[in-house]
Amino acid sequence: MNVRLYVWQRATAAVMAPLVLLHIAVIFYATRKGMTAADILSRTQGSIIWATYYGLFVAAASIHASIGVRNVLTEWSPLTDRRAGLFAVAFGLLLAVIGARAVFAVVLP
Amino acid sequence: MIARGIMHRGSALWIAAMVHRLSGLALAIFLPLHFLALGLAIDGEAKLERFLRWTDQPLVKFAEGGLVFLLTVHLLGGLRVLVIENFDWRDSQKQLATIAAAISAIIAFIFLARVF
Repeated sequence: MNVRLYVWQRATAAVMAPLVLLHIAVIFYATRKGMTAADILSRTQGSIIWATYYGLFVAAASIHASIGVRNVLTEWSPLTDRRAGLFAVAFGLLLAVIGARAVFAVVLP
Repeated sequence: MIARGIMHRGSALWIAAMVHRLSGLALAIFLPLHFLALGLAIDGEAKLERFLRWTDQPLVKFAEGGLVFLLTVHLLGGLRVLVIENFDWRDSQKQLATIAAAISAIIAFIFLARVF
């Protein structure tokens, strides 16, 4: 892993640590009496705060996960560095696109 | 030399590093499915609700407990890595790794106890 990727992975990890803590708290809150779509959407729809939170979460997770997958492929698979990098970029873009779609789905009124 | 190379694999810190990697890999595989599930709401609340009722099955609840464990253990393992890299090494590293796994298991069990 080069220095640039190393810094990005650690920076996104630092950004995500409080986001994940809050996410675990939300999971516990949301499942307190069974999870319903109405419950979830009543919290998130039209909320700029949740849109910002989930948007930042998706961006950081897409970068962090793609770099992690690249490291695993480089060390554990027969793929060359270049192919592992290409796969990781494609995976990161996929996460960013379907993650953004998920955010829109739950925050747009 | 080979024996020494294999021996370190039994150490708590090697296991902690491996758990961190495998939990990260599992979460990376789960993430697209999570996004696709939430994305169902784009076609309306009813579609997301149908999916959520499908997740009421006991086996899915167990899987969700596993995911809570993976998320917590990856978070705590990641904090461990950030502490190691940015602060002085401490002898209590092994205990921290064990405590991280224990906390993750407790949180996952509490989750399962609440959803069942």
